This record gives sequence, structure tokens and C-alpha cells, in this order.
Amino acid sequence: MQTSLIRKIIFDEKSRSLLVQTLVIGLFAVFIYLIVQQTAYNLEKRGISSGFDFLNMSAGYDISIRLIPFTSEDTHLRAYFVGLLNTLLIAICGCFLATILGFLVGIIRLSTNWLFRNIAYVYVEFTRNVPVLLQIILYYSILLHLPKTKQAIPIFENFFLSNRGLFSPSPIFKDGFSIVAWSFVLAIVFTFFLKKSLKKKQEVSGKQYPIFLINSAIIIFTPIFVYYIMGRPLDFELPVLKGFNFKGGMVIKPEFIGMLLGLSIYTAAFISETVRSGIISVSKGQREASQALGLKSNLVMRLIVIPQALRVIIPPLTSQYLNLTKNSSLGIAIGYADLVHGFGGISLNQTGRAIEIMLMVMLTYLTISLTISVFMNIYNKSVQFKGNA
Amino acid sequence: MTSLGIQNISRNKYYNWIIKNLFSSWTNSLITIVALIFLYEIGSFFLNWAVFSADFRVNFNGEAIVDRTYCSKNIMPGEYGACWAIIYARWNQFMYGLYPIEEAWRVNFVYALLPLAIIGILFDKIPFRKYFIYFTFIFPFIAYFMLYGGPGLSVVGTNKWGGLLVTLFLGVTGIGLAFPLSIILALGRRSKMPIIKSLCVVFIEFIRGVPLITLLFTANVMLPLFLPDGVNPDNLLRALVAVTLFQSAYMAEAIRGGLQAIPKGQIEAAQSLGLNYWQTTRKIILPQALKIAIPPIVNTCIGLFKDTSLVLIIGLFDLLGIGRAALADMTWTKLYYEVYVFISLVFFLFCFGMSRYSLYLEKKLKTDNS
Repeated sequence: MQTSLIRKIIFDEKSRSLLVQTLVIGLFAVFIYLIVQQTAYNLEKRGISSGFDFLNMSAGYDISIRLIPFTSEDTHLRAYFVGLLNTLLIAICGCFLATILGFLVGIIRLSTNWLFRNIAYVYVEFTRNVPVLLQIILYYSILLHLPKTKQAIPIFENFFLSNRGLFSPSPIFKDGFSIVAWSFVLAIVFTFFLKKSLKKKQEVSGKQYPIFLINSAIIIFTPIFVYYIMGRPLDFELPVLKGFNFKGGMVIKPEFIGMLLGLSIYTAAFISETVRSGIISVSKGQREASQALGLKSNLVMRLIVIPQALRVIIPPLTSQYLNLTKNSSLGIAIGYADLVHGFGGISLNQTGRAIEIMLMVMLTYLTISLTISVFMNIYNKSVQFKGNA
Repeated sequence: MTSLGIQNISRNKYYNWIIKNLFSSWTNSLITIVALIFLYEIGSFFLNWAVFSADFRVNFNGEAIVDRTYCSKNIMPGEYGACWAIIYARWNQFMYGLYPIEEAWRVNFVYALLPLAIIGILFDKIPFRKYFIYFTFIFPFIAYFMLYGGPGLSVVGTNKWGGLLVTLFLGVTGIGLAFPLSIILALGRRSKMPIIKSLCVVFIEFIRGVPLITLLFTANVMLPLFLPDGVNPDNLLRALVAVTLFQSAYMAEAIRGGLQAIPKGQIEAAQSLGLNYWQTTRKIILPQALKIAIPPIVNTCIGLFKDTSLVLIIGLFDLLGIGRAALADMTWTKLYYEVYVFISLVFFLFCFGMSRYSLYLEKKLKTDNS
């Protein structure tokens, strides 16, 4: 009787799976319990206090690269936000630059010119087979060995490149500039609706409108027009060499430039490969058919090839953006004050709250990763095939 | 007559190739010329720096270079290129770290056996493959004994390990340990049991959602907190734990791709023959799925191999860490480009080799199927 019950449990799929899962979750719970127990014991023995109260204590260190004001008297919580903003800043700038560079290289890789496409190939192979950390450190040390500020290299007259970073003019917004900014936003919204209505008209009448030209003209000229009407409410403060340093303007630190170069040059190599394979994936027949219909080559590219290639490109592109964002944590190696360097490094050393801080840092990265995935998935859905299941 | 004709055709072939690929139109010709100038400028600059006006072991006076002040470029600035003497001077550290030099033969021995240990996995049509595979399973024990020491060999602590040894150790061991773990994770993620599935999904997505550096930090700072008093893994072991978990999540996703590519008919056919889940998985599904998944698995391995350089941030001396240590030494400081170019080249050789292997496999698999 009893053996038959055991037999039933083991050989019946449902009850067996229930048994296995109960066992697994039980073992997992015991494992977690033991670790928590041991950790609590270890923490007590070493006299490490726990809790999140340290977030309100003063940080006691300075962060040189920051988007919001920060002094050493500010709290660790503020240090966290300074780091988070720096991480987001480098991630966004890096993704932007890597995308442009990656698309460019990917298209060059498909050039009919043998020499041209092989130069791109060599670039791709050399950058993606060398660790990104090594590249970041290499570019950073090149930047640090630029001439001193006194012999800074001028670029376009008002930019100066030196071992302390890139000195550039800083904008001064006078009153009325917000109106210019708003006119820019309004112009974009307006062109969006204009495009829709013109498309509708085109569908009804068959007449083609130069939508792209009209819209770019509106987006470019509206703010310029408003800018002059408002009496040019924007000034630039130019950097001027005084003594050993530049006064005025703003400076882009070599840490930031090094990170940006390293991350975007490295990621661009991967993006170029996805772009290349995306464009290749569009069958030749599609191109030939559209040429047979009499489309010009730029229209073939814009209306036929790119929309279909995007379907293939978007998913791997998303994972490249995720990789870039995660790789931005390497700023710690050259002193770029991102989340891991400031909050995860210095705050951790000062407070000793390793568990709390690492938990916060990891959850932050998870949130960023998830957000990027969600947005890219939405975009991905919008470019996928519609209608036919 | 015929030979002349063939010659003519073949000359035409080259001529045609050049016209077609380099000078097919005005813009193409322009691009070719610009590219040639670009190549010439970059190539001549680099070759000049790295080879023609570089120092290898002696400077332009013929003196042996013992520190950076002997480098030609530091004696006559602006006229000479790289000073490769730093690589010679630090060669032992690049290869073995602080491993006692009289024991370095042990590391060399392991380096020499490593190709034998992996050749059986990489290629399936070599003679005596079975024995190579056996050796693959014995190799970790030999390597551990030779590197760490034991009866008959003096013990060399892992704090003395460094350079290429640490890079290869983390790369090879991390991949080796992650492989079985990743198969379990991939199967778990496709399991029909909701609890097992969700545990695997959470683990994989968590690891893939955070940067490796945070895992390394966590392992470095928090692993001692999790463990009982007597157990205190050294730094290298902590890094290895982080690297293994990291790699297993990525590899599991690659294997999952392979599993998904197996048609359902295969499973159903196996079940109808009376095979149970484990028999089906082991004999039917996994052999096919892993074969399909090898190229993406190799890609994750390339990624991991590059990522081992991150351990320098937690204070281990891998290849890059040793390079930075060499630059921190006052006798050799400021020879950045030499050191970084050398290390890049080492990483490039390994990673490029792996990516070529992955391409070779992809091609082979394609012909197998058609």
C-alpha cells in the first residue's frame, strides 16, 4: 500500500514535479536562511552596523565631475544621485556616438570599394578584440599626455585641448531664451502633425510633397527666427588663457572624454556588425523589385531597405546599448565619478555598509537595464511586421 | 598560343578586379585615393614608431637599456619611437606575475599542456580524440598541482600569481566551470516547473542586468561575510566565483538559443520511443542544441576573456594589472604606449583566434546541414 503511494508520487508527472519543486524551494530557503544568519553573525562580530541611515550622513569627499552642485558636506544620498547622473550622462552620450559611428562603419563595410571596406573591417576587428577597459585606459593616457594648458591645441579658435581636458565656450542664457527653446519644441510637434496630414493628402491625391525638406526647414528656421525676434538671448563665455589655466568657459574633463571615446569606439564596432548583417538580411530581390518600379537609389534605401533592416538590427542594438551602459561602470579605473566610483567605491569605503550600497548600485543598474529594454521593445514593436501574423 | 591566351585572360582578371573593386566610378576612385593616403600616413607613422625608429634591447648608442633614461627617445626627444625594452625587462612578470622565477618552469609546463587539453574539444576530426578528451578531464588536476604546489612541489600562493597566468586562469577556469552550470540554467529556464523556471530566470536576468564590476566587488567584499569563520577564499578565488557566475548566465542564454532551435518533433519522437526526460535531454536534445549553440558560446567566451581584465579594479594583477604596475615603477614610468600596445596585441591574438574559430565552426555547420 505504502510502496504504491511512493510509486504513484514518483511516476506521476504532476506529483513528481510538485515534489521536486518543493524540495528545490526548501533547499533554496535553507540556503538563504544560512547565508543571512551567517552574515548577521559576521557583521555583529566585526562590529559593522547596518541600515540605510548612512544615506543622510555627510559624505566627506568631493566629486569633481558633477551635473548638480555637490560639496563634501552633502549627504551620501546626494553622492548617489551625482553618480547616477554621471552614469546616465556617459551612457546616453556613449550610445548616441556609438550609434552614429556604428551605422557609418557598418555601411562602409558594405561599400563596393574593396580598400574602403577593408579599412573598416580592420577597425572592427582591432577594436572589438581588445578589452574595453584597456581601450579606455589607453585613450585616457593619451589625453593626459596632451600639451599642458599653456600650449593647449586650439580647435576652431574657441576650443582648446590640453591635458586638463577640452576647454570650450559655455552658453549664457539671458531672459527670453526659454521662449526660443519652447519654439523649438513646438516646431517639432507641429512638423509631426504636418507630416501626418501631408501623408494623408498624398494618399488621397497621389501628389507627393517634399515632407522631409519642409519639416527640416520648419525645425531649423523657427527657433532662429524667434532667436532674432527676442534680441539674441544667448551669449557665449569664451575660455581665455590666464597664467597657467583657462578662465571662463567650461571644461570637459579628460576622464569624461576618455570614457566616451573608449565606450563608443568599442561599442561602435559591435553595432557596425549588427547594421551590416541587418542590411545584408534584406534580400536582393527587394532592391531589384524597387529599382524595377523606378525608385531612385536613395529612396530604395530609405523606403525599402532600411525599414526591413531595422527589424533585424533593433534587438541586437538593444543589447549593445545595455552593454555600453554596464561598461560605463569601468569609469572607476580612470577616476570618472560614476555610480560605482563615487557611491559604490568611496562611500562604501567610508561607511563600510557594503551590503546596502552594493544592493543599491545593483538595483539601480537593473532598473536602468530594464528601462532601456522596455523602451527598445516598444520601438522594436513599432518597426516589426504589422498585420500578417 | 594557348598559354599566351590564358596569360592574357589572367592579366585581364587582375585588371578587371582592380577596376571593379577600386576604380568603378569617379567617387570610387576618389575614395580609393583618399584611403590610400590615409593608409600610407597611418601605416608609415605606426611602422616608424613601432619598428624602424624603435629601440628593442639597445639604444642608438648600442648601450643595453636598463631603465627608461636609456631609451633613445628619452635621450633625443622627438627623433625616436617606441622603447620595447620595458617588455623585455618585465617579460617574466607579464608571463607569471610574481611567481618565483626558479619555479616558473611549472607555469610553462601548464602553458604547454593547455593546447593539448583543449584541442580535443575544439576539433572533432583529430586522431586519438578520445584520449585528448580524457586528458581534458585530467588536466585541471595536473594544472592545480603544478601551479599551486603540493607533495613534492613548493606551495606558491595565488597572491603571487599574475600576468598572463591570471588572465588565462580566470578565462579558462571560468569558462570550464560555467559550462555545466549554464546547461543546468538553460534547461531550468525551459523547464515546465514554474518555481525552477522562475529561479533560473531571476538568476540569469539579474546577472545579465548588472555590470561585472559590481559582481566582482560583491564577491570581493561580501563573500567573506556570507561564509563561516574558517572559510576564507583568497582574492583570486573570489574573482573566480564572480567570473563563473557571470559567464554561466551569458552562456545559458546562448545554450537556450540552441535549445529553442531544436524542432519539437525531435522531443516527441524521443518520447514516443519511450525515453524519459533525462534520456531525451542527454541523448537527443543537448548534442544537437550544443552544436548549434557553439558559435554564440564562443562569442561569450571571447567576451569573458576580455572581461577578465576587470579584476585589476579589485586589486588582482592580470595582464593589464601587471602592465599598470610596470608603469607605476619609477624606472620604467611613462612608457604607456609600449605597454598598452603590447597587452592589446596579446588580447587581440587570443580573441581574434577565438573569433576565427567560431567563424570556421559556423561555416562547417552550414555545410553539414545542407
